[in-house]
Amino acid sequence: MRARVLVVVLLLLLTGCSSGGGRDDGRITLRFQSLAWQQESVEANKELVKEWNAAHPDIQVEYVQGSWDGVHDQLLTSFEGGEAPDIIHDASDDLADFAYGGYLADLTDLLPERLKADIPRRSWETTTFGDGVYGVPFLQEPRVLVANATWLKEAGVRVPTPEKPWTWAEFRAVTEELSGDGKYGVAWPLKEPVSATLNLSLSSGGRMFHRGPDGKVEIRFGDADAVIPRTVHEQVNTDRSAAGSTLGMGGSDTLPGFFGGRYAMVPLGFSYRQQIVQQAPKGFDWQVLPAPAGADGLAQGVSPQTLSIAEDSPHQRQAAAFIDFMLRPENMVRLALGDWMLPTGAEALRDPALRTQKHDWATGTALAAHLRSAPAQSVRGYPEWKDKIATPALQEYYSGAIGLDELRERLVEDGNLVLARYQR
Amino acid sequence: MRTRRAARAGQYLALLAYLVFLSFPFLWLLSTAFKPPRELGSLHPTWIPKDPTLANFRQAFDEQPLLDALFNSLVAAVGAAVVAVLIATPLAYVIARRRSLLSRAATGWVVVSQAFPFVLVIIPLFLVLKNLRLIDSVPGLIMVYVVWALPFALWMLVGYVRAVPPELEEAAAVDGAGRARTLVSVTAPLLAPGIVATALFAFVTAWNEFFFALVLLKSPEKQTLPVVLTHFIGAEGVADLGPLAAAAFLATLPSLVIFAVIQRRITGGMLAGAVKS
Repeated sequence: MRARVLVVVLLLLLTGCSSGGGRDDGRITLRFQSLAWQQESVEANKELVKEWNAAHPDIQVEYVQGSWDGVHDQLLTSFEGGEAPDIIHDASDDLADFAYGGYLADLTDLLPERLKADIPRRSWETTTFGDGVYGVPFLQEPRVLVANATWLKEAGVRVPTPEKPWTWAEFRAVTEELSGDGKYGVAWPLKEPVSATLNLSLSSGGRMFHRGPDGKVEIRFGDADAVIPRTVHEQVNTDRSAAGSTLGMGGSDTLPGFFGGRYAMVPLGFSYRQQIVQQAPKGFDWQVLPAPAGADGLAQGVSPQTLSIAEDSPHQRQAAAFIDFMLRPENMVRLALGDWMLPTGAEALRDPALRTQKHDWATGTALAAHLRSAPAQSVRGYPEWKDKIATPALQEYYSGAIGLDELRERLVEDGNLVLARYQR
Repeated sequence: MRTRRAARAGQYLALLAYLVFLSFPFLWLLSTAFKPPRELGSLHPTWIPKDPTLANFRQAFDEQPLLDALFNSLVAAVGAAVVAVLIATPLAYVIARRRSLLSRAATGWVVVSQAFPFVLVIIPLFLVLKNLRLIDSVPGLIMVYVVWALPFALWMLVGYVRAVPPELEEAAAVDGAGRARTLVSVTAPLLAPGIVATALFAFVTAWNEFFFALVLLKSPEKQTLPVVLTHFIGAEGVADLGPLAAAAFLATLPSLVIFAVIQRRITGGMLAGAVKS
C-alpha cells in the first residue's frame, strides 16, 4: 500500500515538472534570456519586464540573465535539448546558423505592422535569412572616431561632422599632421580586424562577398575593398601616424594611451562613450567624430542586437507581443540609453534624449541612416574564413609582414576554397 | 664558503623571481579591485591604488548574486571532489593491484577519454541529463563534474596506489589482519596524501569550470561563480573591469584558503613514492 502511494506521488511530481510554460489556470510563463550586462541596461530590461508582467497577469515573463561569453554554444545546446528560452536576445551576426538550422521562428507573420514599419528595411536585412526574418534588430552602434578635442583644436585641423566628414585621404593626412615625438594621430585597436575592415569598407564601396544568380557567394578583392586596408597599412608602416603596438589590442586597451595623450584619435564603437565617461581624467575634453567617408559616403556595416523567438516555443504569438511591447519607441529609447547604443526604430531615433549634444549622442544619431547590414554575416562558411584566413592575413598585412598582393591572394584564393566547401 | 653563500643567495633570488612571476596576476587583480575607474584608465598604472575604494566590491555585490553563486560553486566543487574520490579510490586500487587485461584497458580508456572536447559531449550530455530531469540542478552539475574529473583522478590515484609497497599489505596479512583491516589501517593512511591531492584537483576543476555550468543551469539563483563573473563582460570582450576584478578576487579566495589549509598534505602526496626504499 505504501509503495503504491509512493508511486502515485512520484507520478504526480513528474507530471508537475513538465508544464511547457503553461498552467491549468490558463496563465503562461515566457522565458526571456537577456544579454544585457551594463548596470543601466540590466535595470532598463528588468523594469520593462516588470511593467509587462503588471499589465499582463496571464502572460508572465521570466527574466533570465544570459552571457555574451559562450552564448552561441549555450543556445545551440538549449535548442538541441528542447530547452531554449522563448525570447532570445542575441546579435544578428550570430543568427545565421540558428535561422538556417530551423531553431528560430520566422517572424514575418508574427510581428505587428507598427513594428515592421518603424524599423527601416536596411535594418531588417541584417536578420533576413533566405525568405524569413528571424530576429528583430533593435540596438546598433556605428564605429566612430573618438578624438582628443584639445589636441585637434591646437593642431588647427578641420573638425569633421556627419554633414561634412573627412575623406579617407584627408583622414590619413590629418593623422600624419598630428603625429610626431612618440605621439600618433590614431590608434587602431584591431584585435578583431575582419569585422572592422569589412564594415568600414562599405564606405568606399567595398563588398568583397558577391552573390551570383545561382545563390553561391564568391570573394573578390577589388580597388574599393583595398581603400581601408591600405590606409591603415600606410598609416602604420609608412607615415608612422598610427601606433603599431595597438593593432593587437581591443578597444578598451587603447584608452589609457588615449587619455595619456599618446594618441589623438581612436576608432571605437559608439557605446565605448560610457567607458570614456567613467575613466577619462578630470578635464579631459573628448568628442565623437564620424568615421571617414568614401565613394559611398558614410555607409558602414553593423550587426545589431536582436530579439528572436524559439521555433519550439509553444507561445510564439505571446512572445511576439512581448517583443512588440519591449520595442515600443519609448521603450527602445530606454534600452538604447541603457546600452549607450542607437535604436533601430525611426520613432525612437527622433527622441530628444538621443538628439542631445551631451556625450555626442547627436553625432551618432546622425549616422544611423548610413548603417547597413554587415557584409557576409549571412554567408555560410564566413566564420571559418574569418578565423582561419582573413584574421591572420589582415593582421600580417597591417603589421607590414606581407604586401597587398599576398593579402589579396590569401583572402580570395584561400577564402574561396573555404566557401566552396560550404556551397556544394 | 663565500661561493656557497653566493650560490645560496642566487637560489633565493631565483625563487623570489619565480614567486613574483607566479603571483603577478593575483596581485594585479587585487590592485585593480581597489582602483576607481579613472585609475583603471591611467597610462601609468600603479601597484598601490592612489585613491583606494571599495566601490567595486559594492557594485559587484549590488549587481550580481555573488554570495548565492559562491555557495553554489562550493556545493558543486566539494560535491564533485568527494564523489570523485569515493569512486576513484577503490577503482584505482583494483587497477593498480590486479594487473589484468581489464585494468590495462581501463587505463587506456582513461587516457583516451581526455581527448574529448567539451563541445563534442555537451549536447548528448544535455539530453541525458534532461531525461534524468537533472537540467538546471546543482546535483546534475555535480554528476557532470564527477564524470569529467574521474578519468584524471583515477589516473592520479593509480600512481599513488602503486607507490604503496604491496609488501606492507602482505606483512599485515602475516600479522593476522583481514583484508578490510589491512585496507583501513595500512593502505588508507599511506594513500591519504594522494587522496587529498586528487580531491583538490577535482575541486579546482569544478570550481573554475564555466561552460557546463553555463549550459546546464538556467535559474539565476543556481548559477555558479564563473558564470556570474561573465555578467560583468559584454559583447566583444568589453568588461566592467573594476567590479569584475573585485568579484574575481573574491572568487579566488576559497581556493587559496583550501590550498593553504591542506598544503602540507599535498606536499606529502606529491612526495609519496618519490624515493624508492
